[in-house]
Amino acid sequence: MGRTRKIRESLDNRIFDGVVTILLTICGLAALYPLLFVVVASISDPVRVNSGDVWLYPVGFQLDGYLQVFRNKWIFVGYRNSLIYTILGTFLNVLVTIMAGYALSRKDLYGRKIFSWFIAIPMWFGGGLIPTYIVVNSLHLINTPVVLLVLGLVSSFNIIICRTFISSLPYELQESAKMDGCSDFGILWKIVMPLSKPIIAVLCLYYAVGHWNDYFSAMIYVSDKNLQTLQVFLREILLLNQNIDLETIEDPAVVALKLQMAQVMKYSLIVVASVPLLIAYPFVQKFFVKGVMIGSVKG
Amino acid sequence: MTKRFHKTEAVGTVTDKSRRKPVPKKKSALSQIRKCWQLYVLLIPTVVYLFIFHYLPMAGIQIAFRDYKFSRGIWNSAWVGLKHFRTFFESVQFGTLMMNTIKISVYALLLGFPFPILLALLLNESRNVRLKKAVQTLTYAPYFISTVVMVSMLSMFLSPSVGIVNRIIGFFGGTPYDFMGSAKAFRSVYVISGIWQGTGWSSIIFIAALAGIDPQLHEAAEIDGASRLQRIWHINLPGILPTAVIVFIMNCGSIMSVGFEKVYLMQNSMNQSTSEIIATYVYKMGIQKTQYSYTTAIGLFNSLINLVLLLIVNHISKKASEISIF
Repeated sequence: MGRTRKIRESLDNRIFDGVVTILLTICGLAALYPLLFVVVASISDPVRVNSGDVWLYPVGFQLDGYLQVFRNKWIFVGYRNSLIYTILGTFLNVLVTIMAGYALSRKDLYGRKIFSWFIAIPMWFGGGLIPTYIVVNSLHLINTPVVLLVLGLVSSFNIIICRTFISSLPYELQESAKMDGCSDFGILWKIVMPLSKPIIAVLCLYYAVGHWNDYFSAMIYVSDKNLQTLQVFLREILLLNQNIDLETIEDPAVVALKLQMAQVMKYSLIVVASVPLLIAYPFVQKFFVKGVMIGSVKG
Repeated sequence: MTKRFHKTEAVGTVTDKSRRKPVPKKKSALSQIRKCWQLYVLLIPTVVYLFIFHYLPMAGIQIAFRDYKFSRGIWNSAWVGLKHFRTFFESVQFGTLMMNTIKISVYALLLGFPFPILLALLLNESRNVRLKKAVQTLTYAPYFISTVVMVSMLSMFLSPSVGIVNRIIGFFGGTPYDFMGSAKAFRSVYVISGIWQGTGWSSIIFIAALAGIDPQLHEAAEIDGASRLQRIWHINLPGILPTAVIVFIMNCGSIMSVGFEKVYLMQNSMNQSTSEIIATYVYKMGIQKTQYSYTTAIGLFNSLINLVLLLIVNHISKKASEISIF
């Protein structure tokens, strides 16, 4: 009796495991397939892509799309600008966040409560688009590269994540360093920073993704094409082009020709534009859960 | 009261350092401030930044009640009270804008909410570590795609002539449909693509919550003969309920702030009747047509609704489940 029950249970278990595996595989494939298709289409013959022959692997291998992308002057300008904004911006972001996060983590900071509130309030209330625009405008920051670095210099949420993380480090280390005559700057630099690598990785990722994908502030605050970010050029090439096609939809022959020429490049462009993040992604992935968890514990 | 005492005392410490208070535990405010001056230096950039780019704009909200003129500045423009709010409420667009904003966010909230939880539960049940890792890596990835690329992919995949989606529809004998140029399909495209992009990322918080459930509960249930489905239902779901409720409350608080970028990028003349929301309207009227006061008023109205919704849902949840964010 007991034996048959055990067998039945393990059979149930195996069915259950099978169902879980199948569902998870479907989830994974659903997330993967659109990305895979973009990569495959970017190196396939555009005629074959458009006629629907390309599904899983490249058909009629070519790299013309990538050649077109690399020959485009504005994509190069946008790529260069975005790289500069991302690297410089992320560096400043992380530096300022850690400085504030460390200061807030210190219980002997006089006026800690006031600072905590001062930093937390912008998470819930904001001036909104127009008042911020007026402030930026009155500081004469419109159409300067500075605005893209300074706006969003530090996020209150990230400071709080960072503070929570640093608070969880053993305080004795800091105390003993202090005994040895180490200054607060010294403690931050020599003791806290080396121990905070996981949170630094998470912050780098958050901020870098924000900079790289930033489209909104570049569109609103910068009009000089030479200062523009990659995302703005992406929109011009990928989307505004598309709108022209939609408008001339009455003539199918023209649409088809245009699409064919544009499409090769579009898939390649998407790949090129997403490469920097995809390279960084596996390195920081293991820190995600930690970062999100810290954020959720004391949000 | 004690603070007062500290402050008067501080004078003594400043003038004469050698005459320190004999009781070492009660330090004066000034000496405490002096002792952590380096920490204040570390806070300077943050404080200056937040003051200029967050607190000054908050003060700038008052232009919603004024007729803002650049030459007269924020504080000296004429006070007009609720004029701009009235103009907005009485405008032709008001009803459409409100309905479009509410519909798209409620749709996104209700349809998008269960998926991260389901994914987290599935990942938690899987005993195949490698599959689990792979699925996590794959499902997080779309989150990092920029909105511009996301919308571009949508318009390419959904193109009526060459898009892969319409090819699949054609394969099953359907007629191609212009999803991006359709007011009817706009919300579904917005929501479903949002689910594809956000499910993995949003599931992290639930995975973390599931990891925090006491394994003893599962052991005890197993001994009592509970099946795995029963254990999910009676242990895992109640275990992540507080997290889920808090996430839900937070999402309700942002019902009126639909992601502007994506809607703006997806918008075209053909789907405008459903895709024009408050945020895109504020952008067009405010930045493009420089009606600063009018659009600040609309923005303020928008944030007020958010706040009220947050408070209502928070209150209901507090009454019903004793879970709340404040």
